[in-house]
Amino acid sequence: MTIVQPLLVVGFVLFALLNMASLLIWIERRLLGLWQDRYGPNRVGPLGLGHVVADMIKIFFKEDWTPPFADKPVFILAPAIIVMTALMSFVVIPFSPAILVIDLNVGVLFFLAMSSMGVYSVALAGWSSNNKYSLLGGLRASAQMLSYEVFMGLSLMGVVALTGSFSLKAIVDAQEGLWFVVTQPIGFIVFAIAGVAETHRVPFDLPEAESELVAGFHSEYSGMKFGMFFVGEYIGVTLISALIVTFFFGGWHGPLLPPLLWFFLKTLFFICGFVLLRASLPRLRYDQLMAFGWKLMLPLALLNLMVTGALILAWN
Amino acid sequence: MIKLIASVLDFGEGAYSLLRSMGIVLKHTFAKRVTVQYPDERPKLAPRWRGRIVLTRDPDGEERCVGCYLCAVACPVDCIALQATEDEHGRRYPEFFRINFSRCIFCGYCEEACPTYAIQLTPDFEMSEYNRQNLVYEKENLLINGTGKYPGYNFYRVAGLAIENKAKGEAENEAPPVDVRSLLP
Repeated sequence: MTIVQPLLVVGFVLFALLNMASLLIWIERRLLGLWQDRYGPNRVGPLGLGHVVADMIKIFFKEDWTPPFADKPVFILAPAIIVMTALMSFVVIPFSPAILVIDLNVGVLFFLAMSSMGVYSVALAGWSSNNKYSLLGGLRASAQMLSYEVFMGLSLMGVVALTGSFSLKAIVDAQEGLWFVVTQPIGFIVFAIAGVAETHRVPFDLPEAESELVAGFHSEYSGMKFGMFFVGEYIGVTLISALIVTFFFGGWHGPLLPPLLWFFLKTLFFICGFVLLRASLPRLRYDQLMAFGWKLMLPLALLNLMVTGALILAWN
Repeated sequence: MIKLIASVLDFGEGAYSLLRSMGIVLKHTFAKRVTVQYPDERPKLAPRWRGRIVLTRDPDGEERCVGCYLCAVACPVDCIALQATEDEHGRRYPEFFRINFSRCIFCGYCEEACPTYAIQLTPDFEMSEYNRQNLVYEKENLLINGTGKYPGYNFYRVAGLAIENKAKGEAENEAPPVDVRSLLP
């Protein structure tokens, strides 16, 4: 029993996430279409959902080519890392009171560690491709991840201080009465921005900036290896959305509907937010990205932590 | 201090502009979509749409084209080829008339040049072919059984050209030919 239940949860989570990742391609294209006054994919199947299947079949059967000049083992390893680390982070997320793979008492740190590991994927992909554009993309990704990782962690410390625990389950439980977005609005904003940068999505998609770097770190990738980067990115988007919900929007708490549905709906809301960002904002310049991170977000996160700490002290 | 205030204001302006552009994009959720879903939903073509070229007939059902080559000359891409000939009644007509639609740019110059309203452009653009050779239309592909845009017009009825069964001066609004000798003093 003790073994079977976590395994079932793992299976459920894996199934849901991998389907979600492919479904997100459709969601993103449809939403982008909606916001650009067009339809997006709507020909195959109801509402164009068949496009998901078509995309999957296409990407599975594409030629999976490894360039002869690439560093082969690393080249193959890189796309696996991003999916693995993104999936590993879901281990600590409480989807509902019952559905939780493991309740680590250092859950927040585990997630931060895993998302930091994700940088190896892009950096190694850029390096092993042996292509200057890929390398530039990989370099950008590492610099970006390093800078944004710092205040991503700091922005969560306010929440941790309020809860008094690093466990995500405890954090969700602590939000039963009041969501942390009310008490930690700056923390939420900083975390959301860091999250966007962490998944290198528009407006922080410098590692793959197609107007400058061909396709950035995955220029040399094709077939399912490229698909893995894609899946990794979408799982990353789901992960950041799920974490925003967990940390700031009360996780699975909500009236009437079952907890799992609440969690899903909230997560979907933030995923749509990611797409809205992509639909409306242009890409930052690289120095802007760095200046924004170090000169604005980091002090803001520190200030938020300091004020939160002071208020907690004063309260007690 | 002033510098700090200025940078805070600058940040505020930037943040506002970002949020505003996101808001504008979000508003498009309720905007009408501009896509015309073509095969299901047909675009409305104007009557003067310059599409597939046809050769029309006059109200009597005869070919209007008199094989004057003006269309072929006017054509900027040289996609029209024809050979004029004459029938037993003295009417000129094209022996063959060929339009290569893989070259045609649908500029309508041929229609403008045509003195007999024979060649006309129609509101039809669905001419895709799998075989490039099929885009070369011969006369039997071009000729239609109608008058096109000019229902009443018949070139030989208004032109002072003698053909069989119609001598000079018998056309509509045409005065009989002047006997030049009667003009002598």
